[in-house]
Amino acid sequence: MEKHDRRGSGGSGAGTIQPTALDIYSEVQRGAAFREVRRRYRRFAFPAAAAFLLWYLAYVVTAIAAPGLMARQVAGALNVAMVAGLAQFATTFLLTWAYARHARLHRDPAALELRWAVTLETRQDQDPAPFPVPGLPSARRADVPARHARGEHR
Amino acid sequence: MTGAHHALALALFSGFVLVTLAITTWVGRGRRGSPEEFYAGGRLFSPMENGFAIAGDYMSAASFLGVTGLIALYGYDGVLYTVGFLVAWLVVLFLVAELVRNCGRFTLADVLVTRLRERPVRIATGVSSVTVSVVYLVAQMVGAGSLMTLLLGGTSEWARAWTVVGVGVLMVVYITLGGMRAATWIQIVKAVLLLGGTIVLTVLVLLRFHGDLSALLTTAAGRSGHGRAFLAPGLKYGGDWTSRLDFVSLGLALVLGTAGLPHILSRFYTVPTARAARRSVIWSIGLIGAFYLMTVVLGFGAAAVLGSGAVRAEGAGGNNAVPLLALDLGGGPGSTGGTVLFAVVAAVAFATILAVVAGVTLASSASVAHDLYRTLGRRARTPRSEVAVARAAAAGTGAVAIGLGLLAQDLNVASLVGLAFAVAASANLPVLLYSLFWRRFTTRGAVWSVYGGLVPAVALVVLSPIVSGGPGAIFPGLDFAFFPLENPGLVSVPLGFLAGRLGTVTSPEPADAAGHAETEVRSLTGAGAA
Repeated sequence: MEKHDRRGSGGSGAGTIQPTALDIYSEVQRGAAFREVRRRYRRFAFPAAAAFLLWYLAYVVTAIAAPGLMARQVAGALNVAMVAGLAQFATTFLLTWAYARHARLHRDPAALELRWAVTLETRQDQDPAPFPVPGLPSARRADVPARHARGEHR
Repeated sequence: MTGAHHALALALFSGFVLVTLAITTWVGRGRRGSPEEFYAGGRLFSPMENGFAIAGDYMSAASFLGVTGLIALYGYDGVLYTVGFLVAWLVVLFLVAELVRNCGRFTLADVLVTRLRERPVRIATGVSSVTVSVVYLVAQMVGAGSLMTLLLGGTSEWARAWTVVGVGVLMVVYITLGGMRAATWIQIVKAVLLLGGTIVLTVLVLLRFHGDLSALLTTAAGRSGHGRAFLAPGLKYGGDWTSRLDFVSLGLALVLGTAGLPHILSRFYTVPTARAARRSVIWSIGLIGAFYLMTVVLGFGAAAVLGSGAVRAEGAGGNNAVPLLALDLGGGPGSTGGTVLFAVVAAVAFATILAVVAGVTLASSASVAHDLYRTLGRRARTPRSEVAVARAAAAGTGAVAIGLGLLAQDLNVASLVGLAFAVAASANLPVLLYSLFWRRFTTRGAVWSVYGGLVPAVALVVLSPIVSGGPGAIFPGLDFAFFPLENPGLVSVPLGFLAGRLGTVTSPEPADAAGHAETEVRSLTGAGAA
């Protein structure tokens, strides 16, 4: 199948990206800035995902394999099972907070800069009009930052 | 029982239907019939709005009625469900939400076709998404039927059947008129109503026990007929090793399935950026977590206030525990308070079912029109005709769900939903994760992964004790239950991942390096996002 044929990822075929745009993505992917963003994302998300999945599976397996342990009384009507269940809720909230904080501090600014760079380059490479703009014969280059800024800072 | 609470509940519920219909026509007025509008509601919802809508989509009748019922009947084993339902959101938050928002447009397939061949991938994920949606819808329909039986008193088959049909027809009206914009507002209204109702009931339960959780649990254990075993795992899944493995299977399906549910994925497209998608998930985790903590209180509360025996007497699956609890908390049958509270809870539960059904139907119609029709249909097609197809698909999905919903009336809603999660985890999640994170992933790997998860999951359900071979099965007269587990996840999820790996390794063509670069850069930076 042809390149542009498989790229129709939306409702309109008009916004087809030229092969040059693909080169830009490959170039960005090799660049140090992107690799840093990817590294920061993966170094948090992957270990954290593995950790909570293991913790959850351990909880489930203990529940079925060692019900005696889970039934052990802690205080009043509270037993190990109840405490473990509440701990699952607590770690979920905690990890959610930690992920949000990490993304906000360590990933968002760099990703936003990259998005700017890539968007400007891909738009410049498309000639003449990347998107059919109503009322304009062709999208002028001067329009690009303004259009982009509107979409970004919401 | 008097007819008063039935009438009041119906009046309240009619009020909800009228309000949501008004919303639907209001937001649908003067909108262009573009796919952007219909599938994604214009993409301009705020994170808080979307967070409520996600919570609304997720807190289904299965949770409100099914999980509380399971807790009331089996104690701690029902709590295991709530943990799985909540922890699953970390998979969504960490690995899926932002990246899908950045790469996709309307459906799961849109994320994949950046680097994979469009036709086979769209067909495969279209089929799997529709399958997941239909199973999920059946669960909601069963919940509606079961609630109606309680509401009208007695077990009139006709009342059930007409409820199921009525819910189906209403949801088709919502979707065809209002698309995603209407669906989102309905979810938001419903999430607020459901959380409000749950808070009121939880407070009443806690007041009944003077805020003493320990007393609540001890009373629940005492009145359950199981004693302290009620507060520990094992009553439902602690028998032989088959049922224990069944539980692991369910747990795996719950935690991995959420990130593959089409109606959840499509919610991320209603916000403008990945950051907004992340913040919507954070909102929804807060709301959903609070909701499940309260369902635990309600479940044990039902056991403590009513006794497990009374809950079981009103429906074998336990789905009516919360409405009965409300009746008792308000002052018992015949009292004004009981009547009002029962009516409110029943109306909220109906609203829940209706809203979830609307969301799932919309996602399913998007898969049919945007993935299947675009690739299988005739060449000449416009975005506008695609939306027309989506509207027709909504009606078709509704019809199928109504039919199956009528067949499956006596199953517990929560275990039915567990099946939908299993299919989603087996067929949709592997392909999504591979595509986002694996450099060498190919089209063949994707197709194998979807079918390699979907076919075993569906086949194992058909061969499971849910469908045949027992008194509680859909076809109790037949016996072709060769697979011992009710939930297929333990087998089918690894198969989905394995098939994707095998397909990729044996692929004659190499991975599309440029496509992978585009997927990776777009998913992490948001460049070129729709």
